[in-house]
Amino acid sequence: MKAVYEKPKSLTDVVTHYCPGCTHGVAHRLVAEVIDDLKLEDRAVGIASVGCSVFAYDYFEVDFQQAAHGRAPAVATGIKRVHPDSVVFTYQGDGDLASIGAAEIVHAAMRGENITVVFINNAIYGMTGGQMAPTTLVGQKASTSPAGRDPDHSGSPIRVCEMLSTLPGVAYLARVSCHDARGIMSAKRSIGKAFQTQLDGEGFALVEILANCPTNWGMSPVESLEWVKEHMVRYYPLGEFCTPGEGE
Amino acid sequence: MSDLQLFKGNEAVGEAAVRAGCRHFFGYPITPQNELPEYMSWRLPEVGGVFLQAESEVAAINMVYGAGGAGAKAMTSSSSPGISLKQEGISFLAGAEIPGVIVNMVRGGPGLGGIQPAQSDYFQATRGGGHGDYRTVVLGPASLQELVDMTYEAFQIADRYRNPVMVVGDGVMGQMMEPVVFPDMAEVTDPPDWATTGKRGRDNFNLINSLYLDPEELWEHNRKLNDKYRQMTEKEVRWETRATDDADFAFVAYGTTARIVQKAVEQMREDGHAVGLVRPQTLWPFPQEPFDELSDRVDGFLTVEMSLGQMVEDVRLAVQGRVPVQFYGTTGGVMPDYRDIISAMEEMMRKVGGRR
Repeated sequence: MKAVYEKPKSLTDVVTHYCPGCTHGVAHRLVAEVIDDLKLEDRAVGIASVGCSVFAYDYFEVDFQQAAHGRAPAVATGIKRVHPDSVVFTYQGDGDLASIGAAEIVHAAMRGENITVVFINNAIYGMTGGQMAPTTLVGQKASTSPAGRDPDHSGSPIRVCEMLSTLPGVAYLARVSCHDARGIMSAKRSIGKAFQTQLDGEGFALVEILANCPTNWGMSPVESLEWVKEHMVRYYPLGEFCTPGEGE
Repeated sequence: MSDLQLFKGNEAVGEAAVRAGCRHFFGYPITPQNELPEYMSWRLPEVGGVFLQAESEVAAINMVYGAGGAGAKAMTSSSSPGISLKQEGISFLAGAEIPGVIVNMVRGGPGLGGIQPAQSDYFQATRGGGHGDYRTVVLGPASLQELVDMTYEAFQIADRYRNPVMVVGDGVMGQMMEPVVFPDMAEVTDPPDWATTGKRGRDNFNLINSLYLDPEELWEHNRKLNDKYRQMTEKEVRWETRATDDADFAFVAYGTTARIVQKAVEQMREDGHAVGLVRPQTLWPFPQEPFDELSDRVDGFLTVEMSLGQMVEDVRLAVQGRVPVQFYGTTGGVMPDYRDIISAMEEMMRKVGGRR
């Protein structure tokens, strides 16, 4: 019998801790597929961040370091500068990357650090129970913005790709979404490009993946995917913001 | 001696690190240690290494985490306020068992404090300014030659235990010049088998991690770390005594202050007072032995520090009430004058009196 669909080799054979319906699993699979496709399993070093993806190191069959909250790009920098021929990627959520780790991501991008960043934006702090994130939409309810995010009080959400796109060191920047099959296919292509950018030595690459959080949004998985499409994509437009060669 | 070279302290640290095999330095500017990252910025590329100026002390220590976890002999340096920022990373290095060397050229605090020499980071260095049950070996050199030797050895100790090691100097030590002899250039070794180099044909993947959600597992991890700390306490503790054989009273001091106290000891000896000096060379582990030995023989200890009294707590713990322990200190960047140190000792001698 011919297998037509398999677990990527770079994913470990375990049950993840992610909630039912969460798109972290999809994003993990896409990253693993790219590692398999580009045959990177012997050179890849991942950096897990703090948040829902803290256990990413349990799910990938590659070397991993677990970083302090927000510091994954600095840790990645250390690894890449020691082993320039390794393929270094961080996997970070929006609280980790856009809040506590804002300095680290901006400066890794500024340096044109030759690393790949997989950035999961689900507009909320998932692991800690649904607090407001820097990416939480205006009006969106969170456990620390019970009446909905008020821009006069908390400001408006950060668009990370747009912010980083001004930096010459950035080689590849794309925002994709996992809310439907077409989005997932597109996400896979972008993740592939983000790793290829590193292999080509072009500089900093980041893929922002709009993701859901049915648990903390208080929705069913289907409703949450609909919410990504209806609300998140509207505020966070999809597309490529930088491609290699453009930045210089 | 032809190998003798006149070096500034901060630059001597840099050269000693290079000799030890350090090829990765991550730092951020802060006075009074700037000559160290400046030295590394041209010296490391000469030997095929990497100097990188980080966006913050927080980023610098996390780059050390990444590089150390990838198997490199990595280093960062700063001065007091910057070392406060590195504490998160130091705790993570200890938790994830990553070797790394951190140099602190201490300046006056708290807060922004000042830029003149101080020893007021003793608590932070020896108690672990970061969170959790962890320890770092803390080396306290008192001359530039010792600064060179200890920097060199810091990398070996860090590798031996897979644990961060701190070298604590102060503004004086960073800025002054003395003749030094450097050790020979050590060979740069391959990454150890636990390092995250990419699997490179390995069957298993390597993981650098400090997260253990299961309390029993975390306890077990802490027990394992504690075994290392116990070994460090046994094997890495160092001190020096001067003129203590017949001493009635002994000073206790480390680093730059110990040199000033040495002058006080010499002067008091000339004046006929039997005083000596105990100089801890490791601030953690703190030497117990000289205090066990001397507590039966001396009438008291006077601890001298450039702080309001930090190491003196360790001296009291070591002496365990057997004889009086008093303190004299200057802080805020003011260095003690040896004459004031003598006056403090004379006052102690008057108050405490002699047993013989």
